[in-house]
Amino acid sequence: MSFIFDYYNYWIVVFLMMAGFYIVISANNLVKKIVGLNIFQTSVFMLYISMGKVTGGTAPIVVEGVTQYSNPLPHVLILTAIVVGVATTAVGLSLIVRIKQAYGTVEENEFENKDDAI
Amino acid sequence: MAEFIDLVLLAMLALTALRIIFLKDLFAVVMLFGIYSFLSALIFVNLDAVDVAFTEASVGAGISTVLMLVTLAMTGRKEKQSTHSTLLPLFVVLVTGAALIYGTLDMPPFGHPDNPVHQHVAPRYIEESPKEVGLPNMVTSVLASYRGFDTLGETVVVFSALIGVLSLLGVRRKKKKDLESGLETHSVLHVVSKIIIPLVILFALYVQFHGDFGPGGGFQAGVIAAAAFILYALVLGLPKAFAVVGPKFLQWMASFGVLLYASVGLYSMYKGGHFLDYNKLAADPIAGQHYGIIIIELGVGITVFAVMLNIFYAFGSQAERSNVQ
Repeated sequence: MSFIFDYYNYWIVVFLMMAGFYIVISANNLVKKIVGLNIFQTSVFMLYISMGKVTGGTAPIVVEGVTQYSNPLPHVLILTAIVVGVATTAVGLSLIVRIKQAYGTVEENEFENKDDAI
Repeated sequence: MAEFIDLVLLAMLALTALRIIFLKDLFAVVMLFGIYSFLSALIFVNLDAVDVAFTEASVGAGISTVLMLVTLAMTGRKEKQSTHSTLLPLFVVLVTGAALIYGTLDMPPFGHPDNPVHQHVAPRYIEESPKEVGLPNMVTSVLASYRGFDTLGETVVVFSALIGVLSLLGVRRKKKKDLESGLETHSVLHVVSKIIIPLVILFALYVQFHGDFGPGGGFQAGVIAAAAFILYALVLGLPKAFAVVGPKFLQWMASFGVLLYASVGLYSMYKGGHFLDYNKLAADPIAGQHYGIIIIELGVGITVFAVMLNIFYAFGSQAERSNVQ
């Protein structure tokens, strides 16, 4: 049982990463691809935060009488990564809006055929 | 007990991701993604990352969901059936996944205090940062002081994302003859949002200035304040929101935040220290650290607020333009 608890978080991370990866390569709609990329990205966040956790530790804010804290470094890296992530998602979405204006569609198989026309 | 909560929440997260794969209705996909973000925030709380959970709940579930919904308003909510076979992607994903699972078996066990990740710089941050920086929240100490240069880079990335979005979409001020936007006829929404918006802004200011002592800081505060103005723009329409804070003013604000951050670094060089060396800002190093962190967190907050709101303006005015045509 302890073997499962030791690796459970990492397995879920791999599952989420692959779910995101699958959406990115198989989805037809570009907005759905962006959702897939975000799921992929969140799985990386989950991996970092899981590594930073110490069993029996507490959140890294100094409290009287607590000696065991979780690792604050992954928290810092992921906190900024989340905000940068939404900023880059916004750039991706605005590219999609421009694609819609130029091609009239955001479905992958439809604008592939229109490349020759433009 | 914490392990059990972890087990259940992660299973729910996996199920949500699985459901997103098969849904063709993109509105439902975006809504499920909002739930996914909230679940991740809960897991982050359970794994002691309170600052990260705060950010994920406000950014992932708030801003990204709104931006995706605005995009859907312009691109349509149904995904069409793909003509490609799904077998090849499935095969690629299964092989990669199997390799990664095999790789996780070499990982150190979850939560063990002797793991390599806890050996290098982390003990110094945990033991020395309350004395060297003088703040109880170690995440803020590391973010704003030890890794201040890194955070300056992240703020610049957020700023350049704004430049990217504006050069792709642009914000056009509405002309009088265009249709009025906003939900003019919904009195309940008007009354409720008028009560909520000041409280949200007050909360954002609390998060901004209490971030040194509890979870919070410039990134979260900027996003929460932007969410308050986005609610205002959604309920009363973009022209009225432009009258409160216009897009041009926000562009100035976004660059002001980054410059404020960088000028703290330059000032500490002028005082004889390294770039972003807060110890030199005041006679007492601890007081210098406090001044430095408060000012750079303010710079981060202003930039993030201006960037998030301006990105929403860009998407919103684009959506209105395509509705009018």
